[in-house]
Amino acid sequence: MRDVTSAVEAGELRKSYGGGRGGGEIRALDGLSCSVAAGSVFALLGPNGAGKTTTVRILTTLSRPDAGRAAVAGIDVLRRPGRVRSVIGAVSQRSGSVSELTGYENLTLQGRIYGMPRRELRRRAAELLGQFGLAEAARRQVRTYSGGMRRRLDVATALVHRPAVLFLDEPTTGLDPEGRAQLWAVLTRLASDAGTTILVTTHYLEEADRFAARIAIVDRGRVVAEGTSDELKARLQGDSVLLDLGDAGQVERARMALAQVSQVVRTTSGGAVVRARVTDGPRALPAVLAGLEADGVPVLSVTVARPSLDDVYLHYAGRSLRQAEGSTLA
Amino acid sequence: MTPARQAWALLTGRYLRQLYRQPAVIGITLTQPIIWLLLFGALFKKVIEIPGFGAGNYISYLTPGVVIMTALFSSSWTGMSYIEDSDAGIMDRFLTAPVSRGALIGANLAYQAVTTVVQSAVIIALGWGLGASFPGGAGGIAALIGVSVLIALAMAGLSNGLALLSGQRETLIAASTTIVLPLTFLSGAFLSLRVVPGWIAGVARFNPVNWAASAGRIAIGAHPPWATVASYSGLLAIAVIATAAMSTWTLRACQR
Repeated sequence: MRDVTSAVEAGELRKSYGGGRGGGEIRALDGLSCSVAAGSVFALLGPNGAGKTTTVRILTTLSRPDAGRAAVAGIDVLRRPGRVRSVIGAVSQRSGSVSELTGYENLTLQGRIYGMPRRELRRRAAELLGQFGLAEAARRQVRTYSGGMRRRLDVATALVHRPAVLFLDEPTTGLDPEGRAQLWAVLTRLASDAGTTILVTTHYLEEADRFAARIAIVDRGRVVAEGTSDELKARLQGDSVLLDLGDAGQVERARMALAQVSQVVRTTSGGAVVRARVTDGPRALPAVLAGLEADGVPVLSVTVARPSLDDVYLHYAGRSLRQAEGSTLA
Repeated sequence: MTPARQAWALLTGRYLRQLYRQPAVIGITLTQPIIWLLLFGALFKKVIEIPGFGAGNYISYLTPGVVIMTALFSSSWTGMSYIEDSDAGIMDRFLTAPVSRGALIGANLAYQAVTTVVQSAVIIALGWGLGASFPGGAGGIAALIGVSVLIALAMAGLSNGLALLSGQRETLIAASTTIVLPLTFLSGAFLSLRVVPGWIAGVARFNPVNWAASAGRIAIGAHPPWATVASYSGLLAIAVIATAAMSTWTLRACQR
């Protein structure tokens, strides 16, 4: 393995898909750039349709960009896709395990494709099956596996040949909370113990927040913000005051009243809840409440929140992750 | 670690193991030709009485026809495995590993060849049990199996290309059915071309299924003219190369 500090480099990636029936072109990537340090967990966070999957497909040689550069483990993805394939592991959104083969057979098939010697492969397969809690199910056909077991096998299969960089596209989608926790436990251990670089896409804020060393927020085919979870939050320089009015009809009045309060940077609302961004939550609270009371707006409950990653997303993408999700799915 | 050179062989093994784990599929595949042999054997029993048909025993005439037809039918579904593999993420798994595109196509064709050899041998044995005779002996039987493999590979290449191009089960099913039945019936598989309308005999001359059926039937007869068998086989081999190249090209083009 070459000594590189940056395990993944994507520069100004652009990709459009030819129009569907409407004739319009779909711009999947619009100048996406990111850089992943070797041996770390890096999350691409964004709603469906933001361009995360397209980025992973380009980096794993499944697709070619219209423009831009990409390198994995120091190897140019566009010029030497064959060499990239031998140093990466990829887990796609849609499993990848062969249902009629056993867990053990899926692993050994993959290992033999990479040319691993039989004896080493046997040892490696047993090691991975143990590590992923699949030792008991090793000789069973994959079609008998639960969703979580199958996903763990998918990841184990991608790791057989000890790749330098592991790509996972929405690995926890469809898993129950326990399955997600188990998978993340393995992934974080992998990065810290084996030094494997992990690039993962997710639309779960909590996952990116808890497990990724660095996060790139992707919206409409570009990275709109990048940093550690704490850095991203700190950059917002502000807390939120959440006001539950108990009546959606009062929201407009409340927002007008809050606009007069100097500490309030801006307001957003959903249902009967108004969210006021303030420079310093605890200090601004009295002024906020006084402002509402002066205009006679009733308040059921008040919560002061430090910025969440959802706030970060809202700040950089101009809409909340949930809203973005809704608009792309609609 | 250097990637396996014989990735195609590993993937062929995977297909065979998958088939072995689905005994119902094996059962149905082997039952079908029995039905064809019994059904067509009864239906067309009297055709040999038509003057000029040129065969003494219909089951002897029919057996190579059913061998070729079954090879054609089975291989016309082979593209389905690409559609299933794509939907299950298995295609992406292999395409991100050091497996060449040629190996992906090659594995599928090798698997098709193996299953066709077994299937054809079983049908020949069944035909023999029902009274077919093979005056050409072992060499003739081997040649019949050989041409059945060639027609299967040519059809498999076409099926793979259609599957990769459309990516949809419905399209593949519709296209296969539309292609396979006319090809079979515009050939001498069931009826001697001497007793069919002239235009059908004319079309059949350009039909690869007819090349295979004719070559197979000639080969199992007494004192076969091997040059004729060889020239039909050569034409079939060209068809195999053409469709395999087409499907490999489609696989590359699909990867946008």
